[in-house]
Amino acid sequence: MAALWFAISAVMFAVYVVMDGFDFGAGALHLAVAKSDRERRQVLAAIGPFWDGNEVWLLAGGGVLFLAFPKVLAAGLSGFYLAIFLLLWVLILRGIAIEFRSHVEDRMWRAFWDATFTVASALAPVLLGAALGNVVRGVPLSADGWFALSLFESFSPTGALGILDWYTVLAGVLALVAILHHGALFLAWKTDGPVRERSLRLAGALFPATVALWLAASAATAALAPEVVRGLAARPLAWLSAALLLAGLATSFVARRAGRDLAAFLGSAAFLLGVLAATAASVFPVMLKSAGDPALSLTALNAAAGERSLRLGLLWWPLGLALAIVYFVILFRLHRGKVEAAAEGEGY
Amino acid sequence: MSDPLFWHRLQFGFTITYHYLFPQLTMGLALLIVVLKAIALRTGRAPWDDAARFWIRIFGLNFALGVVTGIPMEFQFGTNWAEFSRRTGGVIGQTLAMEGIFAFFLESSFLALLVWGERRLGPRRHFLAALALFVGSWLSGYFIVATNAFMQSPVGHEIAADGTFQIARLGAFVFNPWAIVQFLHNQMAAVVTASFVMAAVAAYWTLRGEHAAVARVSLRTGVVAGLAAAMLVAFPTGHHQGRMVAAKQPVTLAAMEGRFESGPRAPLAMIGQPNVAERKLDNPIQLPAVLSWIAYGDFSANVRGLSEFPEEDWPTNIELLYYSFHVMVGLGTLFIAVMAVAALLALRRRLESSRWMLWILVLAFPFPYIANTAGWMTAELGRQPWLVYGLMRTAAGGSPTVHGGSTLFTALGFAGLYLVLGVLFLALVAREVAHGPRRPGAGAHA
Repeated sequence: MAALWFAISAVMFAVYVVMDGFDFGAGALHLAVAKSDRERRQVLAAIGPFWDGNEVWLLAGGGVLFLAFPKVLAAGLSGFYLAIFLLLWVLILRGIAIEFRSHVEDRMWRAFWDATFTVASALAPVLLGAALGNVVRGVPLSADGWFALSLFESFSPTGALGILDWYTVLAGVLALVAILHHGALFLAWKTDGPVRERSLRLAGALFPATVALWLAASAATAALAPEVVRGLAARPLAWLSAALLLAGLATSFVARRAGRDLAAFLGSAAFLLGVLAATAASVFPVMLKSAGDPALSLTALNAAAGERSLRLGLLWWPLGLALAIVYFVILFRLHRGKVEAAAEGEGY
Repeated sequence: MSDPLFWHRLQFGFTITYHYLFPQLTMGLALLIVVLKAIALRTGRAPWDDAARFWIRIFGLNFALGVVTGIPMEFQFGTNWAEFSRRTGGVIGQTLAMEGIFAFFLESSFLALLVWGERRLGPRRHFLAALALFVGSWLSGYFIVATNAFMQSPVGHEIAADGTFQIARLGAFVFNPWAIVQFLHNQMAAVVTASFVMAAVAAYWTLRGEHAAVARVSLRTGVVAGLAAAMLVAFPTGHHQGRMVAAKQPVTLAAMEGRFESGPRAPLAMIGQPNVAERKLDNPIQLPAVLSWIAYGDFSANVRGLSEFPEEDWPTNIELLYYSFHVMVGLGTLFIAVMAVAALLALRRRLESSRWMLWILVLAFPFPYIANTAGWMTAELGRQPWLVYGLMRTAAGGSPTVHGGSTLFTALGFAGLYLVLGVLFLALVAREVAHGPRRPGAGAHA
């Protein structure tokens, strides 16, 4: 039962990264791909109907963690205290920027919110990537299952631990570049004209960077967390995820060059899903790894809520997920095809 | 002051108070938008659609602020109240996860349709989007109130050997009687806020002689809904809430009234200052026996005073609790009076020409925000010194590894960020109101 909820949590967060990832990427790139106010509104119209719903995957994922693994949620959020608030403030600024921008037609006002939106959209994946880096590297858990990390200490994953070190920053940069690639492919799919052409050009440049960073991060992970490699080698589910990852990477490259924008975007989504699924499958059942004594790690088995909570949760959770999927299908169907720049006064 | 618990409480109290300024409007407004769209659909008259479109824009702004200030609330359970989350996650994790999956997806998807899709959807399906948004936002409110209700009056749980709370009966927990009463009371109060805001904007336009058609329908909707909701807040929902507090939290009831000694025919204080050091209410002006009736439906009932309870179980801030409760009740009573007069004038078709009444409506809109905030302060200060009433003390719930320096840092960060957001938000709403409603397509306002 705990294993099932581990899988559910992993899926929720992976879907979150894929969904909010495309609007992070599009947001971080929008000054580069859209040169006029009209083109910027075209980018915002492409992500406008979706970004808020995408962000709900983070909240719903947090809810699942709260329900099934309260100990992990409590230790993780309080242990990464300052980094969590940085992420929250970045998400606040992003949401505000996209809403406030549309309400006043003024060059300086829009320039300010465009810049805010770009910076916030870029910082969010860096922070999320670094968070994943921390989880893989391990945190200094005490015997009663708590820890506290400052933002930075020695910048070394083997010295005095801080949230940021070269390994977690590498993970953050990989996340940023992969998300930019993802966002560029999304924009190529949803827009046309100059915005699409610029997005495709950027995706072409971001692809080799993504692959190079992914290889570097994988090598660093193998060196720092050998148990991930052992898990990867031993578990069929991890092989499957790795296959998804590679197929996605190849598809995103081939389909982009063939001008098949949707397939290229889906390839990038499969790549992100594959990376996260392979990681989750390899580290299972560990959720929050102890940097010291491995016995102190918080796992799906020792940090789960009571059996009855997990069972009762399964009564309603599939229904909720099915409904959520229905809403997204309606939303994507209604907004299918390429976007036009929204008329002033409607939407964003 | 270097006690981290103080800063945890300050930060959570500040961020939740600020956050709830937005949902109280959006939950109420969601219902009023459904009403406007329904009338538009039935009558086919343009002003109702124009009004709905204007209020959807106001809704969108408030919803955005509600979303971005709401995300930190869910996270702060873990960041600042880690021990509380660890021990109660097996219970309240259920409703918090339900909120995400049942309410947030619904709200966010259908808001997008409501804002972006009027032309694509057509009038009937656009109305359905408004309805879905209403259901989503009220569901969200329910799950949060149900979570709070567990903290106020825990049911449906069991305590495991390791001290954690686990769910025993999901139905009993989700449909906690406290949750149902508090939800209805709270939602009616949210409709009061939305009605007063709608009436204020419409009265402002009327006084200036602008946007006559949209002002007319907004004014009528605001006054009718405002009168109905203001009465329902008091009776039966507020009345039931009072009886529930008397039954489940008698020490809280005593503190709310600044009542130190027990006795029958307990009076309700209109004005007075609780003097905790001398254990009396200074300068009391009281309605005799009314508290006995509110608490037990019987004018001669005995209402216990604080002296009957051990001092360590008294709410920790009796003075603020007392004022919060009285501000809420006092304002709630005034709301009924204001809306009753306005409705009477409307009935005699004299509301639009009664400039004094329009002025009152314009100036009244901040007060429901104050009353809603005071109401939640009554609930939450009244719950002290407990996190889970009678079972887990607030002092035991903080994050064990987060020190005061970190919490003050983030609390100051929120103060600065929220100040800037608040100023910009008010400026944008003022712009929208000054600009007034616009027709679809003819929206360009260069």
